[in-house]
Amino acid sequence: MASTTPIDKPPAPPVALKRAGTKSGRAGDKVFLGLSKGSGILLLVLMASIAVFLTYRASLAVSRNEGNFFTTFDWNPAGDPPVFGIAVLLFGTIVSSVIAMAIAVPVAVGIALFISHYAPRKLAAPLAYVVDLLAAVPSIVYGIWGALVLVPYLEGPNLWLDQFFGWTYLFEKTEVGVARSLFTVGILLAIMILPIVTSVSREVFLQVPRMNEEAALALGATRWEVIRLSVLPFGRSGVISASMLGLGRALGETMAVATVLSPSFIISGHLLNPGGGTFAQNIAAKFDEANEFGRDALIASGLVLFVLTLLVNGAARLIIARRKEYSGANA
Amino acid sequence: MAKRIDVSGLSAYYGSHLAIEDISMTVEPRSVTAFIGPSGCGKSTFLRTLNRMHEVTPGGRVEGKVLLDDENLYGANVDPVTVRRTVGMVFQRPNPFPTMSIFDNVAAGLRLNGSYKKSELSDIVEKSLRGANLWNEVKDRLNKPGSGLSGGQQQRLCIARAIAVEPEVLLMDEPCSALDPISTLAIEDLIGELKERFTIVIVTHNMQQAARVSDRTAFFNLAAVGKPGKLIEIDETERIFSNPSVQATEDYISGRFG
Repeated sequence: MASTTPIDKPPAPPVALKRAGTKSGRAGDKVFLGLSKGSGILLLVLMASIAVFLTYRASLAVSRNEGNFFTTFDWNPAGDPPVFGIAVLLFGTIVSSVIAMAIAVPVAVGIALFISHYAPRKLAAPLAYVVDLLAAVPSIVYGIWGALVLVPYLEGPNLWLDQFFGWTYLFEKTEVGVARSLFTVGILLAIMILPIVTSVSREVFLQVPRMNEEAALALGATRWEVIRLSVLPFGRSGVISASMLGLGRALGETMAVATVLSPSFIISGHLLNPGGGTFAQNIAAKFDEANEFGRDALIASGLVLFVLTLLVNGAARLIIARRKEYSGANA
Repeated sequence: MAKRIDVSGLSAYYGSHLAIEDISMTVEPRSVTAFIGPSGCGKSTFLRTLNRMHEVTPGGRVEGKVLLDDENLYGANVDPVTVRRTVGMVFQRPNPFPTMSIFDNVAAGLRLNGSYKKSELSDIVEKSLRGANLWNEVKDRLNKPGSGLSGGQQQRLCIARAIAVEPEVLLMDEPCSALDPISTLAIEDLIGELKERFTIVIVTHNMQQAARVSDRTAFFNLAAVGKPGKLIEIDETERIFSNPSVQATEDYISGRFG
């Protein structure tokens, strides 16, 4: 190539240097800078105004609450005196989400590993598609399915759990009644968050650098050992993020929970007993018939859910950051 | 310890594409054999057939025989996992396990093979790191991540990891191509020491390197792009670089193509 260039080739015109600085190039930069800066600011303003609105309305309700906002086992803002507390909702939200996570995360990681590392290619793609399809089902459909299919179907398994694992206290069923319990809600939520946790985990597992896997293979690792040595450590923070996305959905799920649960303002460690409530379910069930003050009370409970979600996400970030030095990302 | 490799009539495919055709050669124990040849001639593919790493690539398959002493690596009852525990490999780009400490990286292969006492592990890890000329540089930070080392150190860490399990054969796929000249020199010195204990096969694009480190050199070539790679000749390194018996070898070595 060099030999074909004439030696007395004229020097490149200085115009080439100037072009980068011409007005048209700068204008594009400015427009884009303005757009991106504007969107960023807009987002912050939106977040701040939501927070201010929620806090203001919540404070109106809480200041006139005659019960204790955190310890009262009742929700009666329209009563005289007005009494409401979030204890039952906090308990129900956390318990049902924990059950959902305990079921969904191991299953999702298993499915993701199967799709990314075990399944033959012909099977992997349709399987991944079917799992993604689960995410497209509207939550009210899950709710109806839960109420019409899952609740009656679980009566048998509930009896079995009560009989053989009743000694754990958690699975002791002390009240008769259909399985409209926090446990059933947990199972339903697990099915609902399965697709998001699976597909994010799968993407992360597929991104494990080939050379990391070959390092393990060349040491004489079996397929499972390759996963243990290379895939899981690399995917760890991704799986945590995926779980947080799922947990966010489980904490805030409304319609499905409202359709399945038979709400009551009690806290019971017997997970199979019908009853309990969650923040989102309680808001959905009471918002329509609530007066101005009742709505403010519900908004106060929503604010607690908001803070809970923030805390959970913050904790997840801490877990990821603490082992950053060892994360696969800086390889 | 070190074993002889005897390859006969070996062809490797990617799906229906024939990558290397009908290769036969013998690699002597406790020697360094270098593979040279233009890009795409199949020398890395051939190297990866020697520890059954070729078949982990989707569509990869192999025909022919590779005898390690008298055992065929492609025999009916041979487990590829066992083969890879016997024939170690070092890759083009250093690939320590990023989430593991230096110590755990070296111990990784041992932990796969069985259970060791803590003290046994420490002894083998120290011995392997000394063997890879890395001990003095890392002995104070064994519990720090391996990904924090320089490129040359990472590659020596990978060599330590490979020799910790005491393989019969050590395969090296362009181990210095991502390294600076000083690190390259360190690895080349190391290869000279390692051949006392292991049978070493190294793929390299650097002909000076082949001339410096190897006892025997194999030259691979392909007729045209898309045609399978073939072994042109294998001989004493000195002979290949001074008076090869095939014209194509001389053309390649003197820089007339490739």
